[in-house]
Amino acid sequence: MSTGLIILGCLILIVIVVIQIGKVTDLAAKIRGEEAVQYETNKRTANYMLLFLVGFLGLTIWSAWHYKNWMLGYGPHEAASAHGPSLDSAFNITLVFTGIVFVLTHIALFWFSYKYAGKKGVISTFMPHDNKLEVIWTAVPAVVMCFLVIRGLVAWNEVMADVSSDDEHIEIEASGQQFLWHLRYPGPDGKLGTRNFRLIKQGENPLGQDWMDDKNLDDLMPSEIVLPVGKKVRVRITAIDVLHSFDLPHFRVKMDAVPGMPTYFVFTPTKTTEEYRQSLKNYPEYQQPSDPKDPTSPPLWKTFEYELACTELCGKGHFSMRRLVRIVSDEEYEKWLKDQQSYYLSNVRGKDFDPRNDEVLGMEVQQRKQDFNTAVEKALSATTAEEKIIRLDYIYYKAGAAELDNRSKYELDNLIAVLNKFPKMTIEITGHTDSDGDDAVNLALSQQRARAVHDYLLSNQIASPRLRSRGFGETKPLDSNETEEGKAKNRRTEFQILTQ
Amino acid sequence: MANATTVTLDRDDKLIEELGFDDHFHEHEHGDKYKSNFITKYIFSMDHKIIARQFLITGMIWALIGAGMSLIFRLQLGFPEESLAWLRPLLGKWIEVNADTGIGTLAPEFYYALVTMHGTIIVFFVLTAGLSGTFSNLLIPLQLGARDMASPLLNMLSYWFFFLASVIMFYSLFLSTGPFSGGWVAYPPLSALPQASDGSGTGMTLWILSLVFFVISVGLGGINYITTVLNMRTKGMSMWRMPLTIWAFFVTAILALLSFPVLVSGFLLLMFDRGMGTSFYLSEIFIGGQALDHVGGSPILYQHLFWFLGHPEVYIIILPAMGLTSEVLAIHCRKPIFGYKAMVYSILAIGFLSFIVWAHHMFMSGVNPFIANFFVIFTLIIAVPSAVKVFNWITTIYKSNVRYNAASMFAIGFVSMFISGGLTGIFLGNSAIDIQMHDTYFVVAHFHIVMGVAAFFGMFAGVYHWFPKMFGRFMNETIGKMHFWGTLIGAYAIFWPMHYLGMAGVPRRYYRFDNFDTFSHFSEMNKFITIAAIVTFGFQLLMVVNFFYSIWKGKKVTSKNPWGATTLEWTTPIAPGHGNWPGKLPTVNRWAYDYGKNGEEFISQVEPMREGETEDH
Repeated sequence: MSTGLIILGCLILIVIVVIQIGKVTDLAAKIRGEEAVQYETNKRTANYMLLFLVGFLGLTIWSAWHYKNWMLGYGPHEAASAHGPSLDSAFNITLVFTGIVFVLTHIALFWFSYKYAGKKGVISTFMPHDNKLEVIWTAVPAVVMCFLVIRGLVAWNEVMADVSSDDEHIEIEASGQQFLWHLRYPGPDGKLGTRNFRLIKQGENPLGQDWMDDKNLDDLMPSEIVLPVGKKVRVRITAIDVLHSFDLPHFRVKMDAVPGMPTYFVFTPTKTTEEYRQSLKNYPEYQQPSDPKDPTSPPLWKTFEYELACTELCGKGHFSMRRLVRIVSDEEYEKWLKDQQSYYLSNVRGKDFDPRNDEVLGMEVQQRKQDFNTAVEKALSATTAEEKIIRLDYIYYKAGAAELDNRSKYELDNLIAVLNKFPKMTIEITGHTDSDGDDAVNLALSQQRARAVHDYLLSNQIASPRLRSRGFGETKPLDSNETEEGKAKNRRTEFQILTQ
Repeated sequence: MANATTVTLDRDDKLIEELGFDDHFHEHEHGDKYKSNFITKYIFSMDHKIIARQFLITGMIWALIGAGMSLIFRLQLGFPEESLAWLRPLLGKWIEVNADTGIGTLAPEFYYALVTMHGTIIVFFVLTAGLSGTFSNLLIPLQLGARDMASPLLNMLSYWFFFLASVIMFYSLFLSTGPFSGGWVAYPPLSALPQASDGSGTGMTLWILSLVFFVISVGLGGINYITTVLNMRTKGMSMWRMPLTIWAFFVTAILALLSFPVLVSGFLLLMFDRGMGTSFYLSEIFIGGQALDHVGGSPILYQHLFWFLGHPEVYIIILPAMGLTSEVLAIHCRKPIFGYKAMVYSILAIGFLSFIVWAHHMFMSGVNPFIANFFVIFTLIIAVPSAVKVFNWITTIYKSNVRYNAASMFAIGFVSMFISGGLTGIFLGNSAIDIQMHDTYFVVAHFHIVMGVAAFFGMFAGVYHWFPKMFGRFMNETIGKMHFWGTLIGAYAIFWPMHYLGMAGVPRRYYRFDNFDTFSHFSEMNKFITIAAIVTFGFQLLMVVNFFYSIWKGKKVTSKNPWGATTLEWTTPIAPGHGNWPGKLPTVNRWAYDYGKNGEEFISQVEPMREGETEDH
């Protein structure tokens, strides 16, 4: 409250002072004669105008010098993309032209204001127009503008061109949402999967990817943009709720993200993060400690990172939509890519909300085949009978019955392939259940299930002498039957390699 | 100079008596019914001069509110770590006070509300209503030799619709969810969805409502201005004899009449999207945990509709300021405006071009990059008539005899600001450069200098110059000059450094910069800008005090034509009644810029052509 009173007091004081100044000067003018005062004023103001001219031009030129390291394309502020320099040079050429005009017009404006300040007895020159002069100063700006337009548009059309179909490029996707950027990489297939905003569910499917589209299954959703240097990148830019804008200031990249209308920007990074750091190293402003409060913290150039920002007002958190951008060498990029997990496989596959739960995916078939063959190889080289048992993890039966589910085909085919590869191999197929239900029923079911596998193999031209089947019911549990997980482990079909 | 004026004064009266046009004004007693009581004379007045003053004073109040808001968000940007708890009595819950440390911080929602309101208020209420509303009303009838506007009633309604718009907007500042906070351009979906932002609820409804009433006000005013200029010029006042002020107001009114309705249609569609489930601007949106039903709309459509007004709007703001500057400059230079016809053609060219450049605000908004080719060309062509105007102003000063006072100084300041701000437009209008500069502080610097500060300079020039006509007294010159220097230096101190922020890529509309390494290098500069803004605001208070003090206590005007001007408003009595001229209407025999012709300091427009004299301009 007291601050309020002080401010109010100051205001009242200023008002009184201002009014007194007004009164005094009015009075003084009256005493000294208004005309005389006017000519004095003219003279004084003329001098001020000149002073202002010198001070203003001096300060603008000084400030340009002082901030030269923020001039585009100069010193530490060089563009880190292939197209960047063309934009920077368009800026700088415009700066030269406008700078000349700025200085000359200001000199003329304030010099004339100084020189032609009203003097007693002078009548100004009647000079209503001069056609020649006017044609000149219409034509000159027109020519300069043409030059700038042509230059600008040539650069613009080159920069904004989309990739053509035979252009080798990486496509990534950035989606703005209040208040973060989702990033998506296409994964090994090189293609981004389709999306439908109605499928979006927080925590389950943040982008509304359609999991029925195989292209989605290998898509990555990393938390930072990592790109190889020197490769063309097409960023597909989308928005989930309101407008956002994808801004990479160091790369001279900017494009709005619009709900319902994907946009794009194509650019080629030309400097790795490390190279950019090295180029900053020599500038004193980057040798300051990165944490001003801690003089021992690493210098700014060492902590430099490229950043992704949002530049279209999107709500109260607009100022905080940051993502890290790292530009790395090709090898580093490949290595990073390998470490990334598909979002689908790590966050969706097998969960309740996975729409493809009752389906075996191509990539899973591949993976399982590999795992199966590894297990077989291990068993072949094992010495004890125990170690020659291989669990058939992906055999499925209709609930409570011995009929094989279609999904079992892949695992069985793996087994058939192994049997064909090793013609001398004989095996015993065994069925097991958990402890739920009647013992006799369980035993029968386990026998029937083992038999079903046995029959499937027979029908696939595996000779009957190579096969045996047995059911053990609930007698050979692998784990406790007290827990659900344990029971799931106990319900199983296995085979043991008898001879090889 | 002063002596010359008194001699011709009686001569003007005599000329009007001899040559004037008798419309039998005194017989009809038009004036009488307006004099009847206080309410009809000062509040619901139909006198264009009173309405002009109403626009001006309302505009000044809004200017203080709008500029005051900028100080609060500048404090946040310049001193993000300082406690703002002392603002709590004013801002209440928008200052969040940390219970442990006692440090008060500005709520981000309210920061954005302040930014939004600052823009809306200054652009529409101050620089459209306050500037064009004031001077179009004051000068069109007076300088054309008309008794009043074509329709005084619509003119009165024009002010009161503006007043209504003002009340609604002011009320919205006190909503518990805050006023609209999605930027003055109000882009959907942010502005369409209450889920997207607190301010997009009731705040946005009132914002649209207020602006619809505002557009009605602009429309009523505009129809009046155009009709009056076309039909009510006095005898002899051909179009080519009109002062440049009138040309500017005339073209401004045409622009406003053509473009503002497009804005309203844009707003209507936005209201449908907000309330009736239509999908003009909305498509495929997931927000607040659910997918909305809207599909098929395009937010870009709104941007087209908005900028179809939005770009002419910046000329609606700057053309009147240009007109005022031309007039004030010529009068106080005691020299004709150089290239009168070129000035008129420039105004027309700028007016025309302003309609085909709107998408230069949208280069980076996702429109097809191909269309930028057209908009870049048209945009940069505007530089040509603008340059012509600048050269003509400068040449007007050349070989003149400048009388320095607050009005002429602000006119010169206008030219400087227009150059500085206009030149940066050449960068931004070029789409290739706009990729980096779009939505950075470079844009903020550009438009604040060229259409904010420059327009204010034109307005100040007009206020200081025509104050004697409005109130029969002068504003204090010394304080006026202090105001000028403080504002000139202060405005450059605020906005010049922002160019460097923009070059560094610092985005506008950021609540704080320390989330990004890239943008956090400039805390010293931001402090400097904030201090400059506070000081410059202080200089505006000087002007406000000067203004209100001078209304009642200023130096009295003792002669009818204190500036020695040629135009008709200075042939009216010192305090003209409703109807402006007590007897006959003046007739016009020459253009408005006979200064220094044939050795005479100035020749009034009512003066007949001398023998052998030619009208050469």
